[in-house]
Amino acid sequence: MTFWERIYLPAILGGLWTTLKHFLKTLFGKASTVRYPDEKREFAPVYRGWHVLKRDDQGRENCTACGLCAVACPAEAITMEAAERQKGEENLYREEKYAAVYEINMLRCIFCGLCEEACPKEAIFLTDRLVPSDYVRQNFIFGKELLVEGVEPEKRIDVSKRQKHVTEAR
Amino acid sequence: MIATLLFITAAVLQKMALILIVFAITLGIAAYSTYGERKVAAFIQDRLGPDRAGPFGILQPLADGVKMFTKEDFIPEGSNRLLFILGPGVFIFVALMTSAVIPWGTVFTGFGLNLDLQVTDVNIGILYVMGFVSLGVYGIMIGGWASNNKYSLFGAIRASSQMISYELAMGLSLIAVIMLTGTLSLRGIADGQAGTWLGFIPQWNVIAQPLGFFIFFICALAETNRAPFDLPECETELVGGYHTEYSAMKLGFFLFAEYINMFISSAVIATVYFGAYHFPGINPDWMWGLMGTIVIFAKTFFFIFVFMWIRWTLPRFRYDQLMHLGWKVLIPLAILNMLLTGGASLLF
Repeated sequence: MTFWERIYLPAILGGLWTTLKHFLKTLFGKASTVRYPDEKREFAPVYRGWHVLKRDDQGRENCTACGLCAVACPAEAITMEAAERQKGEENLYREEKYAAVYEINMLRCIFCGLCEEACPKEAIFLTDRLVPSDYVRQNFIFGKELLVEGVEPEKRIDVSKRQKHVTEAR
Repeated sequence: MIATLLFITAAVLQKMALILIVFAITLGIAAYSTYGERKVAAFIQDRLGPDRAGPFGILQPLADGVKMFTKEDFIPEGSNRLLFILGPGVFIFVALMTSAVIPWGTVFTGFGLNLDLQVTDVNIGILYVMGFVSLGVYGIMIGGWASNNKYSLFGAIRASSQMISYELAMGLSLIAVIMLTGTLSLRGIADGQAGTWLGFIPQWNVIAQPLGFFIFFICALAETNRAPFDLPECETELVGGYHTEYSAMKLGFFLFAEYINMFISSAVIATVYFGAYHFPGINPDWMWGLMGTIVIFAKTFFFIFVFMWIRWTLPRFRYDQLMHLGWKVLIPLAILNMLLTGGASLLF
């Protein structure tokens, strides 16, 4: 090392200058972080998170329990039990067969989106909602109560951006 | 007779009030230094830092204090109970004592009384500071030894050898200043720096003693156990060093005393090298005297910031590097500086 390097001071001053630039940038500009629960970063329009089981515009569940999503799923995270639609349930289910039980194990799911592509009825979509953390494994097996969207217009979940992407992928 | 008694009472009351104020301000600044430290660290790392307690998180020190008080106060088995409790007490006592001789402003005269913003103008003020700073190591040593823990002992031993090594260079760099000013009193040193050269260059000691200031500053970093010289408490090697076994407010005392030390060191640097309450254009009497108090606090806060800035920039020294820097670099440099100062004062 030369004498200039051995006294370290130029390197130290250089380091101080670097940290000062970061300090001033954060002080007068913007931090790189966000105040998370209050402030959320924008998600990509094609983000793949917590699934939703869609209803049609009359509020009937799209899913017919064909099982194609479960077959397509590489992580084997989806299970379902099919049931026949009874008389008087036409306002609940769109077709004669529906899923009585529909479960996705969120710990197994790899959020690849193959279930969306496999679905012939446009019933399942991935959304930009994050699956919340939990202390109990059992709570990660999401049933229909956590997956099916609400009937009311304000409880509907907008998947139009994702839908466009899935259609293009097909 | 009665007049004399009244005068004495007034003088005593005034000193008592001043002591209380200095004590409160020192504690307050130490508390807010922890907040400042976290904010500076965060900003340097492009983060926001604590912002939950109150606006911008300014109530964070309060929350930390409540936390410290309500934690379990644990005394490890096999430790020396008395010394274990004494350690942090000694450390914080010594840290607080040094604030007594710092001149926080000019002497205000009025109503037959002198309002001196210095608690006591000891005529050997700078020696008093050096003496108390070197006593600080006893708190660390006692606490580290009494913990009955090898990491604590390592931390304590490192602290004592580091402090002894760096005090030499610190003292030698101060001798050069004393040779220039011809007084040991901090008030004298402060007032010796009034006025300007050529009308705009302040007559601060740092202009005449750049090398001395540089050595003193590095030694102040080492004396206050701040990074890059925080070997006594390095978390990565010693699990917290001498305060590994401490919890609750005893740990709080250690951490608090370190911030007090940092504040006092910054104040001493501002007083000895940066003209204390003097600033070009400020005439130190009455209203301008109050400006002087603001000036010395501004200088002190600036150096506190520099301490933090350095901490969040530089990595820790290795122990042999620390000793090499102290004994083989700083002490010879300090002696050279002393000789140069002596030669220069003989010539001019």
